[in-house]
Formats: sequence, structure tokens, C-alpha cells
Amino acid sequence: MSNTICQTIKKSTFFWQFNLRTRTLAAIAGAFVILTAIAAAGILIDPASYAPQFQQKNLAPSLTHPFGTDWMGRDMFIRTVKGLSTSLWIGLLAATVSSVIAVIMGVAAATMGRRTDSFILWLVDLIQGIPHLILLMLISFVLGKGMFGVWMGVALTHWPILARVIRAEVLAVRNSQYVLAARKLGSSRWKIAVKHIMPHVVPQYIVGLILLFPHAILHEASITFLGFGLLPREPAVGIILSESMRYLTAGMWWLTVLPGASLLMMVLLFDQIGENLRTLMNPSSAQE
Amino acid sequence: MHLAAYIGRTLIRGVGLLVAVVLVTFVLVQASPIDPMEAYVTAENPVSQEQRDAIAAYWGLNDPPLERLEKWVSALAHGDMGTSMYYRQPVTEVIRVHFMNSLMLMAVAWILSGFFGFVLGVVAAAYQHTRVDKFIKVYCLLIASAPTFWIGLLILMVFAVWLGWFPLALGTPIGKEAAAVTLGDRLYHLVLPALTLSVTGISQIALHTRQKLIDVLNSDYAVFAAARGETKWQIVYHHGLRNILLPAVTLQFGSISELFGGSVLAETVFSYTGLGYVAVVAGTKLDLPLLLGIALCSGFFVFVGNLTANLLYPLIDPQIREGMTHE
Amino acid sequence: MANHDTAPVLDIQNLSVKFRMYDKGLRQSELQVISDINLNIKAGEIVAVAGSSGSGKSLLAHAVLGILPKNAMVSGSMKYCGTELTPAVQADLRGRDIALVPQSVSYLDPLKKVGPQVQGLYGTKEQQSQVFNRFELAEETAEKYPFQLSGGMARRILVSTAVISNAKLIIADEPTPGLNPEIAETTMKIFRDLADEGKAVMLITHDIDLAFLFADRIAVFYAGTTVEIAPVADFIRGGDALRHPYSRALWNALPQNGFKPIAGGQPYAGNLQGGCPYAARCSHCSTECTTAKTIKMQTVRGGEVRCCHAT
Repeated sequence: MSNTICQTIKKSTFFWQFNLRTRTLAAIAGAFVILTAIAAAGILIDPASYAPQFQQKNLAPSLTHPFGTDWMGRDMFIRTVKGLSTSLWIGLLAATVSSVIAVIMGVAAATMGRRTDSFILWLVDLIQGIPHLILLMLISFVLGKGMFGVWMGVALTHWPILARVIRAEVLAVRNSQYVLAARKLGSSRWKIAVKHIMPHVVPQYIVGLILLFPHAILHEASITFLGFGLLPREPAVGIILSESMRYLTAGMWWLTVLPGASLLMMVLLFDQIGENLRTLMNPSSAQE
Repeated sequence: MHLAAYIGRTLIRGVGLLVAVVLVTFVLVQASPIDPMEAYVTAENPVSQEQRDAIAAYWGLNDPPLERLEKWVSALAHGDMGTSMYYRQPVTEVIRVHFMNSLMLMAVAWILSGFFGFVLGVVAAAYQHTRVDKFIKVYCLLIASAPTFWIGLLILMVFAVWLGWFPLALGTPIGKEAAAVTLGDRLYHLVLPALTLSVTGISQIALHTRQKLIDVLNSDYAVFAAARGETKWQIVYHHGLRNILLPAVTLQFGSISELFGGSVLAETVFSYTGLGYVAVVAGTKLDLPLLLGIALCSGFFVFVGNLTANLLYPLIDPQIREGMTHE
Repeated sequence: MANHDTAPVLDIQNLSVKFRMYDKGLRQSELQVISDINLNIKAGEIVAVAGSSGSGKSLLAHAVLGILPKNAMVSGSMKYCGTELTPAVQADLRGRDIALVPQSVSYLDPLKKVGPQVQGLYGTKEQQSQVFNRFELAEETAEKYPFQLSGGMARRILVSTAVISNAKLIIADEPTPGLNPEIAETTMKIFRDLADEGKAVMLITHDIDLAFLFADRIAVFYAGTTVEIAPVADFIRGGDALRHPYSRALWNALPQNGFKPIAGGQPYAGNLQGGCPYAARCSHCSTECTTAKTIKMQTVRGGEVRCCHAT
């Protein structure tokens, strides 16, 4: 009797883990597929498909135009997908560059002595001393407007948090007993770095990088919305929403609601991937 | 004694950062491929010869960089930030005029988001694992992932376009003399942008408070308090608030940087003429001195916020405070 | 003291505690952490509940106080001076009639001064002064924060929280680990004094040595249940005076009795099979031990034991 109870308990814990793992992996895969589709669509979409068609102006969402059309008769669904894709690529590029800066800064701070450390921490404070958006405006202004200014701005302003995480991780591993032991046993610095430190820092880096994407994308959208960066003919989501402001009074809600909601969806997908990856790498945090 | 040393250190560090912010903006300008003069000339406004001379003199375009820096810093120290080309006024004057609008907006949003964020966080933690908690968590996640300006647009759509309760634009009514604008007018125009900033500002403080209170409720001392007859809300009141209120206030002070960024977006959406709105004008009209002035001003905001947060730490933790006075 | 002779202060009958575990797929499983405990404590008596960590001792304390997590299911009966301990009664008695002495200062609010914490919900400033006086704590101690207390001071403060309530039942959860022998002994003396004043003390500990010196009876806990409850004298004599193989093994594991380690490990609560939980480690194990559904406590030579072979 209690024998069988005992087995069900064992079985159910097993299924529980299995379920969580599968569900996490499925969530990651699903989000990844959608994001890849968006990224690819942006490249493959023929500009002609969202070209103005003046006989179809100001249409509310329908089956032929799921997101409606704008005042020039452009299909908003295709424009939105194209815009998401633009934001996605800029976000990916900027976040990746930013994360590389973060790794260099974080590792340098943790390994190159106290002076370097306090200098880099000071640099972090400095970057965080001006509001993000203002600094972004300043950088993209100084670099000349256009796409380059935007992604450089995003790249240069987003590394501090990840740099801190990596610095803390490297410091923790470096001072851990097993690394101290390995050093005593005569392992070379290089070997310690590759065998002991890398395995701890790389997962942190990947999760940090993925969680950087949503930030980068949101900031890209914001700065574009404000009129910096991309040219009005490039359908970035920020530009689409900025244009939609003029048609709010005309009751064309779909120009605002749907592209914005799509952007929100995309950010949530990245968040999902990041959080699920974190769960996979650190199962104890999954209890919550 | 030690407390004074702590305050002193914090102050010095803060002022050092502020100085660095000034230097960085200067370097950014120097490194820029955009020549300030060219920026002025290509700006929409025609530039007279006297203005050209004034610009060249202010930026010391013909001097070596170090001398330029010296000139610029000493001008700054005298409160001279140059002249805004777009507004055709000294930068300090433009900032002064718009400062109050922004300050009001941010203060209202800061207090509202802080208060409601804290309350939501406490409620979520006290009802952890229930629907209430789930709802608050989902709300926070959605808000954190949504672009601030989009939330602003939605609010504008609902309250100004559909319901028609509020004006569509401008911090003050068009066509009224500045002196004729009443406080009521100002408040009326303040509501929607403040609502936007409050709604978006809640999520961070709520999630932080929730996590902190959950930690407290799972702590040994909460278990012991329960064993001594305290109910859940008594525990929240006696042990929770004390442990989470000041960290929350500190966090809120530290988040002024984000609030400033948010206010740029909210002001743009609602055409509310504060510093953020002006910053965007400066950026899009290539008005570099004005943009720099606002950047410095925002840096000062953040500086004051962080400084306050740092000075609050000893208040929170008796371990720091007592360690300082006794030892 | 005498008026409690009729009903023990605490009388636990057939107490079991299970945790209901939910997982995301809405599957539900149960984890039995305490099974079928019978234990009573009379006024004036210290009963030590001894066992290795993970045997469910602290959960027993939480069950009596009614502060188990929400997913716990309690069955059986607990009576306080003859009154059934329902959740409502427990809520009423906690902190007034039943008091817990926690393990360490981490059970005090780190940001609150000690004085108000000792007073708690029901105590007054005067009572606190009296208690401080009794335990030779300076009046200024009330103004200190928990992190400023020394080990011995902390211990007395923690005991104060229980004494101020004038509770009849005091549950001390591991009051001695990490203390140097002197402080540990002083602490135990305090509990002895409290018992001599007529209080009932449940002393949860894995330090059997100290229990030998100060307790009246010892209940040996193993894998969530009592395997033997006997007068302390039997434990001091050891060997054949004890009734359960685990008690004997524990006794033999003490430094002064040969320091013999017990082979194997305590089964995890979720992996409990039917029969005797100690069967896998017992040298006297027979088929009866593993096939019996449950093994009841039986009285043998003036003590209680849960073993098929006890004589």
C-alpha cells in the first residue's frame, strides 16, 4: 500500500521535472521560431507589397489587411512586420556589440587589479549618471543622425548592467575554493580561465545578452519615435507609431494599437527566451 | 563621526561624477563630426554674422582643445550655457522656463508611481500564489515590456480622443499669455502625461517590493513572529514595512534617470512643453548647446536622486548606522 | 504544579503531518513528514525530542504551534491542558500559553530593537524589565539591535521572549548548537529552572549529551516518528536499558561510549516504505519488520518503544 504511494510520489516528481523542462524548451523554441520568422520576413518582403495604393486608403483591419491600411493605402501588417524586422536587426546588432563591451569591461574589472576595477565601476556610474534616453539622443546626434547613430548609441549605453553581472561572476568564481585549489595545484592561468571560469561566465553572458535585446529594441523604438535616427521612409515601428499620432483624432486606432502591440509581443518573446534559459541553467530558481 | 565621513565620501563621489558628466559631454561634442558652426548654419534659422561670431567665441572654435575646455567650463561655472539657436535665447533661460513643467510632471509621477507601486507590491506579496498576485505580476511584466510612448498614445486615444475629457496637446492652452495661464490650466494639462508616467513607473517598484516582502514573510523572524501570535498583516506591519519601505524609497530615488527618460517620451506624446519636449526639439533641430544644457541638467537630476538614495542607506540599516556611531 | 497532574500540558495522540505537493500539471502528491506520534509532556517536566537533522523535529514544534505552511495536512489529536488544539485555539494560545524559543538571533527582526521584540504583542515594558532582571541582562540591552548581541546574551534574549509570556508550555527548538559548553549549560539550566517552576518544556535537540543532564524523559525521533520514549536514567545507563536498536546505536555513537558510527543513512521522508523505518539499518531486522503495515508503540519496562523485537 504505502509501497505504491511511494512509487507514485517518485513518478510524479519525475514527471514534474520532465514537464517543466519540456515546457521550458518548447517555450524557447516557439519564441525562437517566431522571432526568426520576423527577422527573415523583413529581408524577404518585397517593398512593393507595402507600396502606397491610393484606392485603398484608411481601411480598418479586415481579412485582406489584418492591420488595416494607412492614409496612403499602405498595408499596415506588412509595414509592421518590416518595421519589427528592422528593429530586431538593429537591436540584435547593438545588443551584441554592447555585450562584447560588457564582457571586456567585466572581465577586465575582475582580473586587472583594483585600479582598473574602480575605474570601470566609475565608468559604469558615469554612463548611468545621464538618463539613458538623453545620452542616446546625444550620441546619435553627435554621430550624425541615421541608423548608424542609433545602433552605436544603443550599443554604447547598454553594457553597464551586464558588465557588472559578469564582473561579479568572474570574481566569485576566481575566489572560489576549487579555483584556488586548482591554482595551488599548478594549473596555468589560461587553463583555469578555460576550464573553470568560462563555464560559469558563458551561461551568464548568454542570458544577459538575450535579456539585453528587449532593452535595446525598446530604446531603438523610443529614439526613432522621437525623430532621431531612421529616415521616415524606412518603416521602423517607432516611425510608424510617430506617424500614427497625426491620425489619432481621425479615429484610426489600428495605426497605433496594432503595431505597438506587435512590438510588445516581440519584446515579450525575447523576455520569455531569456527567462526560460535562465530557468534551464538554474533550476532552483524555477520554484517561484 | 563616521556618518559624517560617509556623507562626505558620498558627496565627493557624486560631485566627481557630475564633473565627469560635464567632461564627457564636452568630449562628445569635440569628437563629433558635426561642427557646431555648421550645425547652426544648416539649422532652419538663418544666422547673422554677429551670431556666428558669438558661437565661435563661445565654443572657442579657433582655440586648442584644452583652452576650449577651460573656456567652456568657466562659462559653465558662470551659468552660461551658450545660446539656443532654435529659441534664440540663452540656454539657461530656455531651461529655466521649461524646468517647472517637467519638475511638476516628474514629481507627481514619482509620488504616484512610488505609492501605488509599493501598495501593489505589498498586496501581491501578502497574497502570493493567488490570482491577485498573478494579476499584479502579469501587469508589471506587460508594462515593463511595453514602450512608454505607446502606453502614452493609448492613454491619449482613450481619454482625449474617445472620451474627450482632456486636451490633445500642449502644456498650456494655445494663444494664452503665459501670465494668464492658471494653475488649474496647468494641472488639467498635466493629468494625462502624469498618468502615463505613473502607470509605467509602477512596475519596477512593485516587483521589487513584492520580492522583498516575500523574502521577509519567508524569513526566520516572520516564522517566529507567527509563533508568537502575530497574524499575517501584523507581521507585514511590524516587520515587513520597516524592512521594505526605505529600500523602496531608495530604489525610487535611484530610478529618477528612467523617470527622466520616460518624461521625454510622455512630453513628446502629449506635446507637454517641459525639458524633455525641448530636448527633442533641440535634437531634431540640431540645436547642440540646448541639447547639451539639458543633458547636464538631467545629469544633475540623476545626481541629486542617487545622492539622496545613498544618504538614505544608513537610515535603513542600523548595522551601518550603529557601526558608524559606536565602534 | 499539582493541579496539572490530571491532564498533561501537552498530549499528542497519533499525530501525522503530510505535505500536499502540487506541480504545474495539477498533479498532486503527498509527502508524509511526521507519522503517528504519541507524546505527552506534564507540568514540571522536560521532554527532550532527540534525533538527527531531517527527522521532523522542528515540524513537530510547528505543528503544535499551528504555524505549518498552508499545504500541510495534520491528522490525529493534540491537546493542551485537556483542550483540543484546533487552529483557532492555537491562534489564541500562540505567544501567550505556548511559547517557542527559536534557534538563533536570525529569528529576531534585524531592524528592530531587542526590547520591543521581547515584549512582542502581549508583553509590557515592566514585564520585560523583570525578565531582563531575572536573566541578568542590563537594562540598556533593550536598546540594542540583534546583530549587537553576544552569543550568551542572544540566548538569554531568546529565552526571555518565551518567559515574558508566562506560557505553560515552552518549546525550545535546538537552543544550544554553536554555543560553547558553558553557555550551553547555562541555557539548559534556565530551562530546568522553568520546568521546576511548573512549566512543561519540549526540548528539541540533537545534542543528546545535554539532554542527559537536564531532561526527564527523552523521545528518540527517527524518520518522522518516535521510536523510543524513555526516562533519562535508561539513556544514561545505555545498552540493554534501552529498548530500540536505534537508541542503542545512538548511545554507542556518543564519544564517551565508543564513538561507533551508525552505518547507512536515514530514509528521506518521501521514500518511506511500510514497516519499520529503521529496518534497512537494523541488525535485528526480520521479515516481520518489513511486512508489517505499521508498528505500534508498545510499553516495555516502563518506557515506550516502536519495535517488533523489543523485550
